[in-house]
Amino acid sequence: MGWETVIGLEVHVQLATHSKLFSGSSTTFGAAPNTQANVFDLAMPGTLPVLNEQALRMAVKFGLAVDAEIGRRSVFDRKNYFYPDLPKGYQVSQLDFPTVGKGSLEITLEDGSTRVIGITRAHIEEDAGKSLHEDYQGQTGIDLNRAGTPLLEIVSEPELANAKEAVAYLKKLHSIIRYLGISDGNMSQGSMRCDANVSVRKTGSTELGTRAEIKNINSFRFVEKAILHEAQRQIDILEDGGRIVQETRLYDADRDETRSMRSKEVANDYRYFPEPDLLPVVIDEAYIEAVRAELPELPNAKRERFVAQYSLSEYDAGVIASSREMAEFFEEVVTICDDAKLSSNWVTVDLQAVLNKQDLEIEQSPISAKRLGELIARIKDQTISSKIAKTVFEAMLDSSQSADEIIESQGLKQVTDSGAIEKLVDEVIAGNPEQVEQYRAGKEKVFAFFIGQAMKASRGKANPEQLNALLKQKLKA
Amino acid sequence: MALEQTDVEKIAHLARLHVSTEEATEVAKRISSILELIDEMQSIDTESVEPMAHSFDAIQRLRPDVVTEIDQREYLQKIAPSTQDGLYLVPKVIE
Repeated sequence: MGWETVIGLEVHVQLATHSKLFSGSSTTFGAAPNTQANVFDLAMPGTLPVLNEQALRMAVKFGLAVDAEIGRRSVFDRKNYFYPDLPKGYQVSQLDFPTVGKGSLEITLEDGSTRVIGITRAHIEEDAGKSLHEDYQGQTGIDLNRAGTPLLEIVSEPELANAKEAVAYLKKLHSIIRYLGISDGNMSQGSMRCDANVSVRKTGSTELGTRAEIKNINSFRFVEKAILHEAQRQIDILEDGGRIVQETRLYDADRDETRSMRSKEVANDYRYFPEPDLLPVVIDEAYIEAVRAELPELPNAKRERFVAQYSLSEYDAGVIASSREMAEFFEEVVTICDDAKLSSNWVTVDLQAVLNKQDLEIEQSPISAKRLGELIARIKDQTISSKIAKTVFEAMLDSSQSADEIIESQGLKQVTDSGAIEKLVDEVIAGNPEQVEQYRAGKEKVFAFFIGQAMKASRGKANPEQLNALLKQKLKA
Repeated sequence: MALEQTDVEKIAHLARLHVSTEEATEVAKRISSILELIDEMQSIDTESVEPMAHSFDAIQRLRPDVVTEIDQREYLQKIAPSTQDGLYLVPKVIE
């Protein structure tokens, strides 16, 4: 009998506010250590928290985007533990009354099928500082710039059935938070962090197995690898007759393994209690409706619209709609060239290949939407063939010239003058009597040879349709 | 509900408080008597009462998302026992 994996994800998203959750300190990434850690962030006696309205609004926005219940009255609690990067000795979080309650997220799998994954809750909490364990005279260095930065912890139901689904869920979440503009979702900078609860059980069983929590996985690829590794570790233990211990494990990307952590803090007893320094947060209908009115068109709606409006395939529409920036780029290209299918191909295939190779986001594309649109417009009006268009595209990568300027300066304009094409065809036929003989004897494969020769003679510029027709006609004679 | 001396030792450890074994026995008795009072309170039917999050009957005031603090690192680090490169230094926390 086989095993099946059950995964639940806890995703911490850093909210893109200017100031901290409870203080007026800046949240800018990369500042010199402790230059953004002030009296409240350092937990000086007598300081009190005041909630950042924008952080609350962003959480509500997320809740509305995943059809979640919005907590009309949310309560902050203290989660107590001691660690030097947490000066207060507790983290302010939300336990029983989170701002975002039950919701759901539709994920798209590699085969194009979709599944709806339950979201248990999403609560607002503050981040801790950073501990630097390099040698500072045998001590640990503490940077509290990050302490108090607002986070939204999004908890999924244990409904993800394998590592690929977990990645699809994470990517969808990433796409939505970027669409909403509530976080940059940058995993390598830690603005999106993922913990995975992984357990295995006999196929068909309805009971959940004992789970291990894998901490701080910082890339989409590692999520998949860490889960695959952890599930296999647990299966090996169970098949040897062992038992799974509920614990926190850390994924080590270099060794591709997970290992047990926090031996010192075995007691996961956080002794939560309501934060007496903060009052309950009350949200009324008017507030919720005002936030709802700010919601942009979300990925699913955009995908449907692209299918309906531009006749794109579900797949292409999904790829483009997964990123707000790519969708906007695509629509600008379409507006200029008026050909959605060509635009989709150029954006998702040719341009994407360049971006991947140079490790760029589409906002940093070396070719702007305007320039790409103008290039595609020249394919559409038959000024150049698709093949020549690739040459122009390559040239555009290294210059700021427009497609028209490159076509003009490199003499790439397609030859559509039938007299000129006829001359080419005549020359090719006259120059290759042997092949003409073969073709006329019924060896039709030779036709490709003539096309090739004629194209070469025209340096790729002959209009393919015209060339095709003329060659056929002349060879028949 | 009565607390054992070991419960007290565990709670004291979590709160980083030093409680000697003799004290733990005495503290266990005192906390147990508070818990008895809570047991008594829990026998009251509170089904229709909304859980209270705060003793004030008020709601949280919100703050606009504006940076109001300036960098005071130099001033604040004057009272720290040990700093280096702008970091606060603490006893090593990793094994």
